[in-house]
Amino acid sequence: MTATDTAGATGTVATAAPAPAADPAATAAALALGDDALVLAQRLGEWAGNAPVLEEEVALANIALDLLGQARVLLSLVGDEDELAFLREERDFRNVQLVEQPNGDFAHTIARQLYFSTYQRLLYAALASGDGPLTGLAAKAVKEVAYHQDHAEHWTLRLGDGTEESHRRMQAGCDALWRYTGELFQPLDGLGLDTAALEAAWLDSVTTVLTRAGLTVPDAPRTGAWRAGAGRQGLHTESFGRMLAEMQHLHRSHPGAAW
Amino acid sequence: MVTGTATPLEEELARIAGAVLDPEMPVLTLAELGVLRGVHVTGPGRVEVALTPTYTGCPAVETMSTDIEHALHAHGVPDVTVVTVLAPAWSTDDISEEGRRKLTEFGIAPPRPQGPAGGPVALTLAIRCPHCGSTDTELLSRFSSTACKALRRCAACREPFDHFKEL
Repeated sequence: MTATDTAGATGTVATAAPAPAADPAATAAALALGDDALVLAQRLGEWAGNAPVLEEEVALANIALDLLGQARVLLSLVGDEDELAFLREERDFRNVQLVEQPNGDFAHTIARQLYFSTYQRLLYAALASGDGPLTGLAAKAVKEVAYHQDHAEHWTLRLGDGTEESHRRMQAGCDALWRYTGELFQPLDGLGLDTAALEAAWLDSVTTVLTRAGLTVPDAPRTGAWRAGAGRQGLHTESFGRMLAEMQHLHRSHPGAAW
Repeated sequence: MVTGTATPLEEELARIAGAVLDPEMPVLTLAELGVLRGVHVTGPGRVEVALTPTYTGCPAVETMSTDIEHALHAHGVPDVTVVTVLAPAWSTDDISEEGRRKLTEFGIAPPRPQGPAGGPVALTLAIRCPHCGSTDTELLSRFSSTACKALRRCAACREPFDHFKEL
């Protein structure tokens, strides 16, 4: 995240659009969505050097890079991207708890990707059709996320409809993360989104993929007392602090360091 | 490339900026890639260049910006600012015919035209092997050396190759 550092010697690189959001609710929404993208990018980056095959190593890193690019645009609407990423404490992050969940095995990561990329594609598609401060980014990112969703669906089908072992693991991943999906549809002020419609479309899409993959749609509740998720209020799960420590320690140990 | 009322000077500077090579596919110019959105003289010796990224997270944007600055500095413009613009979103349809031809020569299957609908097209249209020209190719991975490419293999000559994905 050193755009201005690397270019500073000969000129300046600036982001012309979108303009900073003046509306406090829209700024809070940009922070929430930016944190979602940043935290998931960091989690996916943890697969570098650990993925089951080289192609997936590259795929997960490329998806992480797309998300990091989206996070940079969104966080720049809120303030200084580096300060926001590297100098905030855990309680100040507004990402949903789904994206901070540890990678688990490959099937677990694919379940998280299926749930999140389906949500993010629907979200960006809705934002792209409006004319708010996030429209420009959403119109661009929705095309990138379509490939993320395609990747997740492909692997869900392959693992769910694969061997007994791959099926078992894929089902376990889908079951374990199900309770974090209700939080995706808590209304975000400032975006003017119909979250009920988003949720219905998400359920429809995920149900179709899981069914085609021969998997069982988890029957545990996603909402109400059993719902996990208060990430938008700054409450996070245990492993998030450790993830942040790894993400932030270099910047905090060497302030202002650049490549 | 340059929209609205570009002066002859702006058109000349746009040609110079547009001739800068893409850092990741150095056979293609930025003009052929379709990422240069405009060059505006904003004052004496001061120029603003609008650049759009292929992907939001494309790490090549910073190198492109620096290369544009160097090219314009060398042409005698002391003050160059490169701004990145997101809207309207870049599409692989913005790659010129010449750019597509060069991609094939470079060993990368060019993106297929999408038309106005946008979004990924069905993967049933044939993608031609850039080495032997066969249309009998298969997808190995949706993401390859960069986010904008997929990895494929030709069933005829058995060579793997990159395909510039439709966006």
